[in-house]
Amino acid sequence: MHFLKSPIYELKQTTREFRWSDAFVLLTITALLYTGVYFGFRAPEVVKGPGITLEPSALPYYALRSVLRMGAAYLLSLAFTLVYGYAAARSRRAEQILLPTLDVLQSVPILSFLPVVLLGLNAFMHERLAAELASIVLIFTSQVWNLTFSWYQSLTTLPRHLREAAEVFRLNWWLRMRKLELPFGAIGLIWNSMMSWAGGWFFLMAAEIFTVGERDYRLPGLGAYLREASHQGNVAAILWGLGTLVLVIVLLDQLVWRPLVAWSEKFKLEMIEQETHASSWFYDVLRSSRFSERVSALWERIGERIDEWTLRVWPFRPEHVSAHPQREDVAWRLFFLTVLLLVGYGTLRALHLLAQVQLSQWFAILHGVFMTALRVFVALAIAFGWTVPLGVYIGMNARLAAWLQPLVQIAASIPATALFPVFVLMLLNLPGGLNMAAILLMLTGTQWYLLFNVIAGTMSIPQELRFTVTLLGLNRWQRWRVLILPALFPYLITGAITASGGAWNASIVAEYVEFGGKTLRVNGLGDLIAFSTAQGDFPLLLASTLTMILTVVLVNRLLWRRLYRIAASRYRME
Amino acid sequence: MNNGQVLVELEHVSQVYATGRKRFYAVQDINLSIGEGEFVCLLGPSGCGKSTLLRLITGLQRPTEGVIRYRGQELRGVNPHASIVFQTFALFPWLSVQENVEVALKARGIPPKIRTARALDLLDRVGLDGFENAYPRELSGGMRQKVGFARAMAVEPELLCLDEPFSALDVLSSEALRGELLELWLDGKIPTKTILMVTHNIEEAAEMADRLIIMGTSPGRVIAEVNVELPQPRHRKSPQFLRLIDQIYAILAGQTQPEPVEMGTAPGKPGVTRWLPQIQISDLVGLLEHLAESSQPTYDIYQLTEDFGADSDLVLRLIDTAELLGFVRVGQGDVMLTPLGETFSEASILTRKEIFSTRIRRLPIFQWLMNMLHLAENQSLKRDFVRAAIELELPPAEAEKQINTIIEWGRYGELIAYDDETETLMLEPLAGAAA
Repeated sequence: MHFLKSPIYELKQTTREFRWSDAFVLLTITALLYTGVYFGFRAPEVVKGPGITLEPSALPYYALRSVLRMGAAYLLSLAFTLVYGYAAARSRRAEQILLPTLDVLQSVPILSFLPVVLLGLNAFMHERLAAELASIVLIFTSQVWNLTFSWYQSLTTLPRHLREAAEVFRLNWWLRMRKLELPFGAIGLIWNSMMSWAGGWFFLMAAEIFTVGERDYRLPGLGAYLREASHQGNVAAILWGLGTLVLVIVLLDQLVWRPLVAWSEKFKLEMIEQETHASSWFYDVLRSSRFSERVSALWERIGERIDEWTLRVWPFRPEHVSAHPQREDVAWRLFFLTVLLLVGYGTLRALHLLAQVQLSQWFAILHGVFMTALRVFVALAIAFGWTVPLGVYIGMNARLAAWLQPLVQIAASIPATALFPVFVLMLLNLPGGLNMAAILLMLTGTQWYLLFNVIAGTMSIPQELRFTVTLLGLNRWQRWRVLILPALFPYLITGAITASGGAWNASIVAEYVEFGGKTLRVNGLGDLIAFSTAQGDFPLLLASTLTMILTVVLVNRLLWRRLYRIAASRYRME
Repeated sequence: MNNGQVLVELEHVSQVYATGRKRFYAVQDINLSIGEGEFVCLLGPSGCGKSTLLRLITGLQRPTEGVIRYRGQELRGVNPHASIVFQTFALFPWLSVQENVEVALKARGIPPKIRTARALDLLDRVGLDGFENAYPRELSGGMRQKVGFARAMAVEPELLCLDEPFSALDVLSSEALRGELLELWLDGKIPTKTILMVTHNIEEAAEMADRLIIMGTSPGRVIAEVNVELPQPRHRKSPQFLRLIDQIYAILAGQTQPEPVEMGTAPGKPGVTRWLPQIQISDLVGLLEHLAESSQPTYDIYQLTEDFGADSDLVLRLIDTAELLGFVRVGQGDVMLTPLGETFSEASILTRKEIFSTRIRRLPIFQWLMNMLHLAENQSLKRDFVRAAIELELPPAEAEKQINTIIEWGRYGELIAYDDETETLMLEPLAGAAA
């Protein structure tokens, strides 16, 4: 059940409402958005994307491009993670920035950045490159934070005795990383990488094709293929595209992630032999092959060389003898001051731009917030409505769970944004069709999290308690009230936090659609963001993007987080 | 074996922990010197800072005050001539037994061939041949600690530090491992010049060391040094050994003082605050019943440790509690039940609670708390408030333990009620009326 390892679980660490640092992060985002908008003015008026062919024979190429895009963003995330995690774990300053940044960014609807990033980049470079970079930046932003946090956490929770052993036995930084820190963090990094990839598909699908007015940004890839297919109403192509996507995701799961998970078992810290092991047929094949023996022997020789080389270049340095604390201090202050000035300037300019937004437009934004919130609420309600009974049923029946889980996992692995064109195609001609499609999209993005959480919550109920309830002769309603709902509560909240975040994100692609030459709109905040981008109304774009970020952060802090705290303190199974 | 060369020297060494603006001494003003060829034990109850002292001596921590010298040189950073065997083994779970030993050698730049040979040789010497490729999780506790020993000795340290190396092991394997270590040490099979061991186990220290440095708590400090003249091997049942043990218990358990001294003062008042020992009340009852059942008027404390098969540390804490509550008197390593203690051990459950209640009412810390509760609105206080008050005198972790103990004792004595949901301490209605 790897979907349960969501970064949200780490919220326990940071269950608090507001701090000045949150404001700082929000202002930084404002300043950055303003920068994007500022350059967005300079983006070309007309952009023509490359043609996307619907020939199934093009699919392997498109799939490859999409995977490479994901891979590039992921490598970037990994590099950032290693460096920043170290910085944050070593210096209290970096830590003070990392935690709130992560905290805010994991609740910010990242898709709302897309137009700004895309237009901003297009001012500098060719649209193909801009679109390529924008998609990578977007995926990076969605992937990196939970990875960084996981790495940071494993660095800071390294057991003291292991750190001391590394110190006493004089491991230099390289050996320390290779023999201690990376192995210790491996499991967390691998789980979070899987999460990041799952989330990344969602954004990739939305980022590969983006039409704003006369500007048509597209990248050769599966997301663009799917959109184009539904645009033309080509059902066969849609099926081909979805099939390829599922195949790619399943292949990656079988050939990359499962073997990695099986391999990472050896990094478990528990000193007890486990009864069940994560298994992977591909890993077993790899391990028993002659080829892998050679590779590992070679790797060992190379590793030995690298170790020796690092020991010569960077001999062991004792930890607590730091050289120049004061100089570091001054440098840090200078850096901080510069950032502060830049952010201050950016914020001022942003405010200046916001002043151009008319009162009626602000009302439209407020109205949009309300409408989108309503849609999110409906989607969540529907998701709760079916996942709770079904999840409890599955969770109570171990055999059913074993049988259903792989199916549910495949269903859940399809990014909602890939399905959206299909929804539009299906529902377009019904009354309120786009509204329904939007809610359906939000629902697809959210329900699986809830379902997984409900199943896990149900499975966590101790057998004794279930027996007790049966022995007491409680009827169905009493069972739910006394045992099941309280036990599920923390899981429901955890699921709902992620779900609502995803739903807000989805509104940006769902509320404003250009389809078959027509523009379809429903009232909402996502619609305003897309609309203002299309119109080139940059003040409105900035205002609506900022409003969405603020709304989601506020809802998170004021509603979900409070509920989460209650859940964590009162309804814990221990 | 002591040839007079001084290896480690500590001068006025203190370690201070600061939380916020408050400062607490982990260890205070330690002066000590350890020579070549010595087997020295740092012995004391938990919380006396002996592990901190070991970390200072190895250079893992830097002292806040004072100087530590190694062979006359002031220590900066972790000592390259020292290695540690950890209580929790501190093996890297993802490395095999052999790799665990080799990584220590690799870090010192020893080439692969020599490294492997030396690792295998040491594993052989501690009796682990055949297990080179096993992972730590496949081994028993005793064997894991052997890997710990092999790794620590592989780097051929002059100073071998042992941090409670046997306390995570079961009785039999710790017994075996102690014997094997002594054999290696006494026969000079390892290049180690000096061993420094931290332990809270009195028998263990007396069996192995040439010199015992006995430490006391709050703040951690040296209260006595004992030279052990008994030849090796030492027999735990021999009269000389028992005399030695008795002497150490006498030092650690102290002498029952007049009541005002025993009870100390309340928090915030001048004088030494008497904090509550960390014990389970059921254990205390067990101790008193055991004392009452025996026909002897006085009882050797070391005998109790044997009777219960318990840790000397726990027994000392229980005796400390019983002494504080006036149930026993202590002197010269002996413990004697008072008439009150006798009554308590023979009483019914309810009467026991009453006696306990009247006794803890006399403790300054309970008087202080009850007083505050009387004055408070609704006669209740938030847990955080009480903890903050305690934190003025204790580090946060200790304060947390202290408040848990206060609540447990208060609940048992029915003086204080506690609501976990609202985290509030309240006066028991009856206690309020009677007070």
